[in-house]
Amino acid sequence: MTAEQIVFLIVALVTLGSAFMVVTTRNLIHAALWLVATLFGVAVVYALLNAGFLAVVQVVVYIGAIAILFIFAVMLTRKDARDSGPQTHKNWWVGALLAVASYLGLSALVLGWSGSSKAAAGLPSGFDAVGQLGEALTSPNAYVLPFEVASVLLLAALVGAVYVAFNRK
Amino acid sequence: MNFWNDPLKTAADWLMGVFTGWGMNEVAAQVLIAFLGVLLLITLLMVLDIFLVWIERKVVARFQDRLGPNRVGPFGLIQPFADIVKLLIKEDFTPGGADKVVYNIAPMLSMMSVLILWAIVPLAPVILSVDLNVGLLYLIAAGAIGTLSIIMAGWASNNKFALIGAFRQVAVMVSFEVPMLATLLIPTILSGSMGLNGIVQAQNTWFVFIAPLAALIFLIAAIAELGRAPFDLSEGESELVSGYNIEYAGMKFGMFYAGELLHAFTFGGFWAILFFGGYRFFGLEQVSPFLAVAVMVFKAMIGYWIIMWIKYTMMRIRIDHMLAFNWKFLTPVAFVLLMVVALANALLAGTPTWLYVSGMFLSNVLVAWAAMEVARTVSRREREKVEGPKAVAEAHH
Repeated sequence: MTAEQIVFLIVALVTLGSAFMVVTTRNLIHAALWLVATLFGVAVVYALLNAGFLAVVQVVVYIGAIAILFIFAVMLTRKDARDSGPQTHKNWWVGALLAVASYLGLSALVLGWSGSSKAAAGLPSGFDAVGQLGEALTSPNAYVLPFEVASVLLLAALVGAVYVAFNRK
Repeated sequence: MNFWNDPLKTAADWLMGVFTGWGMNEVAAQVLIAFLGVLLLITLLMVLDIFLVWIERKVVARFQDRLGPNRVGPFGLIQPFADIVKLLIKEDFTPGGADKVVYNIAPMLSMMSVLILWAIVPLAPVILSVDLNVGLLYLIAAGAIGTLSIIMAGWASNNKFALIGAFRQVAVMVSFEVPMLATLLIPTILSGSMGLNGIVQAQNTWFVFIAPLAALIFLIAAIAELGRAPFDLSEGESELVSGYNIEYAGMKFGMFYAGELLHAFTFGGFWAILFFGGYRFFGLEQVSPFLAVAVMVFKAMIGYWIIMWIKYTMMRIRIDHMLAFNWKFLTPVAFVLLMVVALANALLAGTPTWLYVSGMFLSNVLVAWAAMEVARTVSRREREKVEGPKAVAEAHH
């Protein structure tokens, strides 16, 4: 095993473990904090894949904005952020079955692909990942349309939020 | 041999030779050397942090016409060590009903969010830990971890003053992240790089002359991010005591305090890197990397001094004023400035330096003037609504 594989295994275990804690802990704030750990683990996976930009954006957006928002929302809704009801739904076995089925299906797909057992070619030295990403997002031959549509959607959501919250005199 | 020109690489090569000479695996030796480098950087920072306590106390004393620490050692230099011993031997307690694990993790995260910033600080052309190509976003990401530590501290203390203080502080930090991010993009546009070393290398003319308004907005947002006066809303002696860190004592409080001081110094450093040429000073950085480090630390100290100067001369701003100032003034100005700078930069590209610099400078001044005019008109209209048009007209004559 190479050092990278060891690091990946540790990060994956921590990520999965904290994801498990998110859904099993009874304290909502703890669940939010475990979610932060999970999202951080995903950021480390991005970093291991040489996607530094995505890793940093993951931390900025998910931990810096969304997780903080979750924590605020939990703190503002209830005095005692503890849940005492049952933690499983009576149809839990259907969910488990679906999860196992989709896992097996995805594994079969990946294993059937000839590239899955080959090591990825290393990036050429001096490869400017951020520059390439920026050009792909703004080039008409690549992804400028989806990028702009997503931006307009977010802007619409922003305007909508302001409209809902606006206090007319 | 080449130690004076490239100290880090020479030291690493020498250590590599020693470790592999002991029969160590090359990969393991590399990991160990990187670890030693991190240890060295953090140790130096923590030692500096001890003296920052002394500097802060001396400077605030001068601003308030006092002497400051002057009994223990020459100029009171030993005072911070006495303080540390005091912090260490204090009772280490956990408040009743507190969330033990979260309560204890919060000060560590707070300190960590500052220390990880130094991973990307270029101290000299060759003395830097990592030249991350998304350095500026990394700065914001580290700030996100700092925000998290504050809300964890406030919540886990099981104290309503701590929680309210944390809410206020986090509201400030989250809101001021927006203009900060917008102004961080301006050096990126000017230098064509998000890596800090690239930004420093591109500053043949300091960016403060090209984008003075951006430098000012960054400083304001940085002070808000630090939670220092005039944005120290988590503090309020008569209502909240000291905010999120009320329930912390001993070295746990010390972590928050030391973290705040080092954070202020670090932001002074980032201000210098982004707008004042970082380690560059009339070619001194070419002479020796050690001189470059000295220039960088000196500039960071000046930035830190300005942050202290503002802290000890400004009054605290009320929270609604502060949030309105951010969302209704600073954020729009930052975004307009970003667009204007991008446009002017494209229009003036290829012109002689004096024309380029003066054009950029004038475009900044124009944005500042327009923003002030709009703010003046709006506030005048608001006042007319409250006091009636006559009173306002009289006040203006």
